[in-house]
Amino acid sequence: MSDLVIDITKMTKTYGEGDIAVHALKELDLQVERGEFVAIMGPSGSGKSTLMNIIGCLDRATSGLYILDGEDVSRLIRDQLASVRNRKIGFVFQSYNLLPRLSARKNVMLPMMYNGFQNWSEEQRRERASELLNLVGLGDRLHHLPTELSGGQQQRVAIARALINDPSLILADEPTGNLDTRSSTEIMEIFHSLHAQGATIVMVTHEQERAHEAQRVVNVLDGRVVAPQSRIDRLVSA
Amino acid sequence: MLQDSVRPASLGRQTLEDGSFKDLHGMTLPNSFNVAWEGVMLNKLRSFLTTLGIIIGVAAVIIMLAVSAGAEAEIEDQISGLGANLIMVTPFRSFGGVRGAGRGFGGGGPGGITTFTYDEVLFLSQNLNNIAGVSLEQSTTQNVKGGASTLTGVSIVGVTADFLEVRDYEIGQGRFFTHAENDATQRVAVLGAGIAEDLFDDAGPIGQQVRIGSSRFTVIGVMAEQGIVGATDNDGRIYIPASVAFKKFGGSGFGGNRVRMILVKAESGEVMDSVMEQIASLLAGRRQIDPSEPNFGVRTQQDIVDARASTTAAFRSLLAWVAGVSLVVGGIGIMNIMLVSVTERTREIGLRQALGARPRDVQRQFLLEAVMLSLVGGLAGLFIGVAGSIAFGALGGMRTELVPLSLPLAFGASAAVGIFFGYYPATQAAQLDPIEALRRE
Repeated sequence: MSDLVIDITKMTKTYGEGDIAVHALKELDLQVERGEFVAIMGPSGSGKSTLMNIIGCLDRATSGLYILDGEDVSRLIRDQLASVRNRKIGFVFQSYNLLPRLSARKNVMLPMMYNGFQNWSEEQRRERASELLNLVGLGDRLHHLPTELSGGQQQRVAIARALINDPSLILADEPTGNLDTRSSTEIMEIFHSLHAQGATIVMVTHEQERAHEAQRVVNVLDGRVVAPQSRIDRLVSA
Repeated sequence: MLQDSVRPASLGRQTLEDGSFKDLHGMTLPNSFNVAWEGVMLNKLRSFLTTLGIIIGVAAVIIMLAVSAGAEAEIEDQISGLGANLIMVTPFRSFGGVRGAGRGFGGGGPGGITTFTYDEVLFLSQNLNNIAGVSLEQSTTQNVKGGASTLTGVSIVGVTADFLEVRDYEIGQGRFFTHAENDATQRVAVLGAGIAEDLFDDAGPIGQQVRIGSSRFTVIGVMAEQGIVGATDNDGRIYIPASVAFKKFGGSGFGGNRVRMILVKAESGEVMDSVMEQIASLLAGRRQIDPSEPNFGVRTQQDIVDARASTTAAFRSLLAWVAGVSLVVGGIGIMNIMLVSVTERTREIGLRQALGARPRDVQRQFLLEAVMLSLVGGLAGLFIGVAGSIAFGALGGMRTELVPLSLPLAFGASAAVGIFFGYYPATQAAQLDPIEALRRE
């Protein structure tokens, strides 16, 4: 039996009603196994963003089933979704989304504020955040403000923040979209390293090159997943 | 493994075996406080300006209450200084004359106010039962010459022989004049302690002559030293028989036969009501008017204190209104800035939601921020108010008394303002959709 982190079955998402209804997702199926590194691609309007929001528990599907790391999250209310996001998902955004007035380490510690980590002493929490910043190569930048860091460094802080609650899934939305090639490569190296150590990563991107660095590329078109290809398949067919 | 290398053993996965979410911790209160305080400190100048309304409102209320309480205490001191079991008979609409009783000029007063005659004073003193005495206090100002000195502008007060009894005053040397002396218009005088000292130094004033205006008087007594009560220097007066006062100074200051207030002292507190009824019926009978529609008033000190209290209560409720309005204005300022803050920080709110903040966590963060703004303002206003009250009392020559209740009240009111006006912006923040909020620039 396979160990699925994401198990989406016949998911639909409809905006509006009647004649003006927009069907963003049409009975979409998607499975991601634990330890997989998956890239999601698709043109704008394909339903890619909708899918990402639902995977990230920021939104709910109109119908269908979504099992995230063994929990049925299809019908949860806002408070419960917030808790699922906190425990199971590490977000990495295109524009980093660091709080400008907080130091790198305090930004990393932010998600701990909303869960059981509060039982930890401040010292323990700082320690953990420092370790993670060390891991992404920013051990010497703990007290820098985001404005004092380069884009690549800010994104690395964001990755450390995504890891702080030990999530089941790292969900990255165009993580290299705002970065130059060198910084992008560094970020991708971190993802590869995390993946090598067992992390499950779903990355939404429109860059072919970055997408094909993933283990598997999922193409979304017109609200459905089309012809999922493994990297091996692609290499063979090429 | 990465996770194992960075995860301390005590952490463990937070996934619950049965899939329940119940035991997931929300944000703790200390954390909420920290985050809210960060919000307040984010823009210090703006926070300060926002709280200014509350600061000014709270400080103003505390100072005004202290000033009004001080004024009230001053009045009560003056009134209780008049003596116990005292009944004041006043013409209608001359209620304000009570304060000026000691120095009031006869002369009818403005607006055709009826006054009493000296005959009526005598009539009351002869016909009332259960009284300790009846007096009046008619003042004029004269130059006084005695010994080697001349004093200008001395307050000369015409009273009856009952005066000492009525006012609970004490004689220092010699004696007060008698009814017989008053009836016979004897020119005798009792000096205030200060006057005696000014005119005769330590030489015995008793038996000496003084010239008041153009008349000679014989000094028969000196009052015990009293000091200054309220605005009146009781040691700087000279008491003479009322009969002499009307005869000698009737034209120059006493306004002929017109008496502005009659003071009656009852034997005891128990007979006060009966004495008041007697006064009312006797005077009405003599004036041949309907006792139910008298043209004079009979009041006790308590009535006056009560009347003052109701005036003060009216003043206080006005203050309460001013306070309420200033707090509401301050609250609107807070609400305004909180709405701006929510708009400015929409992206932050979206991020916090994505990272696991529940709507109620966001709501609490912004509500606490509003409450902190108003509480900091309330606290600052409290300190300024207390310091201002003390400074006014010390420097302004104005008596102030801090009202203890005003302190917790001001503090509580500013907290309430924070909650009331912070609620709407906080709820707006909590209801933001994380997807929309994250997309906002």
